[in-house]
Amino acid sequence: MNAMLSLENVSVSYGHIEAVRDVSLSVAPGQIVTIIGPNGAGKTTLMMAAMGLLPSSGTMRFEGVDLEGVEVERRVEMGMCLVPERRELFHDMSVGDNLLLGAFSRRDRGSVQDDIEDVFQRFPRLRERRRQAAGTLSGGERQMLALGRALMAKPRLLILDEPSLGLAPLIVREIFRIIASLRSLGISILLVEQNARAALETADIGYVLETGQISQSGASADLADDPGLIAAYLGGR
Amino acid sequence: MSFDIAAILAVDGVSNGAIYALVAIGTVLLFSVTRVMFVPFGDLAAFTALTLAALDGGKRPGTVALVAILAALAFSMEAFALLRAGRRRDLPKAALYYLLVPGVLAAIVGVAAPLHPPLPVRLLLALMAVTPIAPLLDRIVFRPVADAPVLLLLIIAVALHFALVGLGLLFFGPEGVRTEPLTSGSLEIFGTTISGQTVLIVVAALALSGLLYVCFDYTLVGKALRAVSSNRTGARLMGIRPARAGAIAYILGSVLAGVSGILIAPVNTIFYDSGFLIGLKAFVGAIIGGLYSYPGAALGALFVGLLESFASFESSSLKDVIVFSLLVPILMWRSIASLHLEEDDEE
Repeated sequence: MNAMLSLENVSVSYGHIEAVRDVSLSVAPGQIVTIIGPNGAGKTTLMMAAMGLLPSSGTMRFEGVDLEGVEVERRVEMGMCLVPERRELFHDMSVGDNLLLGAFSRRDRGSVQDDIEDVFQRFPRLRERRRQAAGTLSGGERQMLALGRALMAKPRLLILDEPSLGLAPLIVREIFRIIASLRSLGISILLVEQNARAALETADIGYVLETGQISQSGASADLADDPGLIAAYLGGR
Repeated sequence: MSFDIAAILAVDGVSNGAIYALVAIGTVLLFSVTRVMFVPFGDLAAFTALTLAALDGGKRPGTVALVAILAALAFSMEAFALLRAGRRRDLPKAALYYLLVPGVLAAIVGVAAPLHPPLPVRLLLALMAVTPIAPLLDRIVFRPVADAPVLLLLIIAVALHFALVGLGLLFFGPEGVRTEPLTSGSLEIFGTTISGQTVLIVVAALALSGLLYVCFDYTLVGKALRAVSSNRTGARLMGIRPARAGAIAYILGSVLAGVSGILIAPVNTIFYDSGFLIGLKAFVGAIIGGLYSYPGAALGALFVGLLESFASFESSSLKDVIVFSLLVPILMWRSIASLHLEEDDEE
């Protein structure tokens, strides 16, 4: 199997409570895959486990390499990058320094400045604020910075956890437009969203996670037409 | 108190304060990167002074054996952890960092000591001997509990300080030392004589803090250290290893403490347990700066030095009481100030 990322029977527990149970999924190269589901279904837990921030059981592979015992920092060096739900920016450092540190894991230091320029092209707002501390940015700008910082790592797999959380509708549209545009860079994307409609419109494949288990999966166009899902997550029609 | 006496006391205070400032800056650096309140930096300052005194006398300093033992211990722990995690291929790297580098540094000091090299070389050797101690202690003591709460880390650091005082007695003996002055010149400003040593202390403190500032603001490694202190998870997600950043912080802090030990040794008699008061006064300075601001910590340490100097003129037996009594109002003021800060964050 030549999947970018594959999870087989992955379970994650907090003490005795099993937050994610027997989840299997895969992301093919260049694909955008989304995981939708209600609040508290275990989506964030699953993403943190995929990145190595939480211990898990089951098998995870990145480009065929078993991730068992591979620490977070090594996964980043291998080409995985997570934009977490809480963004986790360096608030007291400038926007420019945040982007620079995004490239910390890279060996090709020479092209870093060019890539910062690319990020500024993609997010012109960040260029205006590049000397400002990240903590002074608005919610939407913070999400853009988190995305930009992740792109600086030149990942082959980008994991986005709730990129639209807490943002105004107009900015949400902007963020999804940017995510769709990343497809042209050849980056595979695993997108976790509560905003199911926007996520299914952007993605190729969708999984539905409910109470820690995958309840449905398929092409996102099919999922978007599923009457049960429409009633549960897409706000009827 | 006449102007002359006040001027002398002020010069004394600034010179003591500059020494505390070096240790205080190291303390803040290490706290922000690792969340460890490393009380033993004061002990490392004293150890550097004792090492230098041994080198001055052409004797092999006790530090050599101490480093060798710590290196063996740290490597065994790392090797055990690596083997248990099935990471056999990382063993050579661990041997390099925990065994070879400290071992070679200690061996150089051990071999060079009886040759009685010139003073600048002895200073370098003293720093080389002491610098590996803190990163090795980090591996042995703090790495296994890296995710522990700050209070637990503080308690461990205090316990570590007492252990180090014991080791200091074992490796250096109970005699006090005073090293030869680094310079014999002096300077006169407004009728007050300022010794060359004082000038050296202040210049060294300024130069080292300036260097640190440049390193934090203009180098990738410095920025990575700031990133770890700003957001640990965020740093890990960018591939920055907090343990490695911590090791760098321990090394930088040790160099700062070592330099302060070298600077204070010609001025005060240093015993194996003298480090405690240096560390504690640096700690008070760091607290005044709120444990996050480097200029704040330096100014706080300077203030402590001045206060100590004037207090010792009024009542030399009570000078430490006066300095540490200061902690109470400062802690009250700090806790009120940080309360406001948290409220601001929520807005």
